[in-house]
Amino acid sequence: MNALLGLDPLAIGDLIWAPLLIILLKVVVIFALGLLVTMFMVWFERKAIAGMGNRIGPNKAGPWGLLQTLADGIKLFFKEDLLPDRADRFVFKLAPYLAFVPAFLVWSVIPLGGDFSDGKDGLVEWFGQTTRVQLADPPVGILLFMALSSVAVYGIMLAGWSSGSKYPLLGSVRASAQMVSYEAALGLSIATVLLLAGTLSTSGIVGNQGGFTDWHVVSTGVVPFIIFMLAATAEMNRPPFDLVEAEQELVGGFNTEYSSIRFGLFFLAEFMNTVTMSGIIVTLFFGGPQGLFDIPVIPGAIEGTIWFIAKVLVFLYVYVWMRATLPRFRYDQLMDLGWKILIPASLGWFMLMAVLQLGRDEGWNRGVVGIISGVVIAGCAGLMSAAVRTSRANREREGAMF
Amino acid sequence: MELVVFVLAAAMILVGAVGVIVRSNPVHAALSLILTLFGVAVMFVAQNAHFLAAVQVIVYAGAIVVLFLFVIMLLGVDRSEDLSSEPFEVQRPLAAIVGLGVIGLVVAAVVSSRDAITVRGTGLNVADTVGDGDTNIKQLARSVFGDYVVAFEVTSVLLVVAVVGTVLLTRRVKGSGKDS
Repeated sequence: MNALLGLDPLAIGDLIWAPLLIILLKVVVIFALGLLVTMFMVWFERKAIAGMGNRIGPNKAGPWGLLQTLADGIKLFFKEDLLPDRADRFVFKLAPYLAFVPAFLVWSVIPLGGDFSDGKDGLVEWFGQTTRVQLADPPVGILLFMALSSVAVYGIMLAGWSSGSKYPLLGSVRASAQMVSYEAALGLSIATVLLLAGTLSTSGIVGNQGGFTDWHVVSTGVVPFIIFMLAATAEMNRPPFDLVEAEQELVGGFNTEYSSIRFGLFFLAEFMNTVTMSGIIVTLFFGGPQGLFDIPVIPGAIEGTIWFIAKVLVFLYVYVWMRATLPRFRYDQLMDLGWKILIPASLGWFMLMAVLQLGRDEGWNRGVVGIISGVVIAGCAGLMSAAVRTSRANREREGAMF
Repeated sequence: MELVVFVLAAAMILVGAVGVIVRSNPVHAALSLILTLFGVAVMFVAQNAHFLAAVQVIVYAGAIVVLFLFVIMLLGVDRSEDLSSEPFEVQRPLAAIVGLGVIGLVVAAVVSSRDAITVRGTGLNVADTVGDGDTNIKQLARSVFGDYVVAFEVTSVLLVVAVVGTVLLTRRVKGSGKDS
């Protein structure tokens, strides 16, 4: 039963009241925290972009406009809920939840804190009970994230289709093509991390990143991190990959016909995805709650959470920064980047890491392994770019416009 | 507990499967198919096959049905069809016969191998140590990349051939004038 639900060490043994209460408390606290963080993320993004654009940004609701999102949410609740005549009623109502629920559920597998020092494995003591600062630690942890992000496609896709209108449909066709093609690069860069971690569980991946040189961003050699970061941005439909809702071309994209709180759910899901994706990046590549040094005074159980929040904040800022500075990609550029650069690069790097790992296990000569794999990779890259160039030349000869 | 999970998942699978057949709108039929796939994933989790459950959702629900929906939307065949019309006269009675035959075969197989299922690990060659999630994956990897590696590689060649063939069939050379 424990393995079935992927529960904590808490649930092992007789299920008595204290552990049950702690689990319930964790569920409520973590999800409430998720909503609260998303709320402030919206404020943070608006404020930061306003700053970069030399404006003031929200400053009326609450101190520094902190409660602006709450005010907007209340306003959205009271707005009229429109249902287009040609809409597919059931699917139209279902779609916002399909977008929102997966975004929410990813929270449950991210280690939000915990004491990883001295082989404590992320376990902390709360009220005399040993537990993780993480809602669930299923054995397939990171695959659950992949599964949820692939389910999230449906929300956007069905929203666009069920609106029964031209532009939302175009937006959702773009969304499905984009998300499915970038998922491959996302998965391959995760596979490189898993190769080193040797486990799928998120707490195990964090536990494998003890010091700075063990952080996967260093030990996998940066490339998978860059690929993951780009693919994740495309997967979340954030700028510069937000062709799904390109205002200049598609009115508003998949959510054109949505109003009131149904639009609000899409909006929340998008921002929550940004937060959870930053959490996943930190978990996979930056050691999650593992710190660089020991913060004095503060006990180890809380220290992890502080480190985690600090790292996530950096990535949240980077996402806002990218949105404020980079112009949107053209659709064919987006597909070229995904299929012709990111997927071959992540596949090649995955194979290189696999060879190096095998060489370490078998005790092969490191220099020879390095030289041979370098030659093979250079050869493959040359072939690939020759193929791309040939196909472009062919298309131009046939008179294609791009 | 196991019975409750089984009943719920089985209900999901059956409702979805019936939905695929009886819904007149292709998009609704595809959504019913997703329900079925999720039911199967729940069944996998109940059998401690977490990896298979995750892969089931990622590959089938996340990629294949998305592709179905993509084609349905792109071709614009997302209007309701009249299910009462019968383009090919014999197919419905034939489908009923084949369906009943498959049910009969499955029931016969279960009845005749009842002992093998109740006595774990004798009739079916399953490892009786379940272990944690990682041993689960290791066993899978050992059989896919060890015992059945030839079949695995041949399948991947088959897929590549299919992809190349599709590209060749869809790509029309402009100016040859044969087929455009």
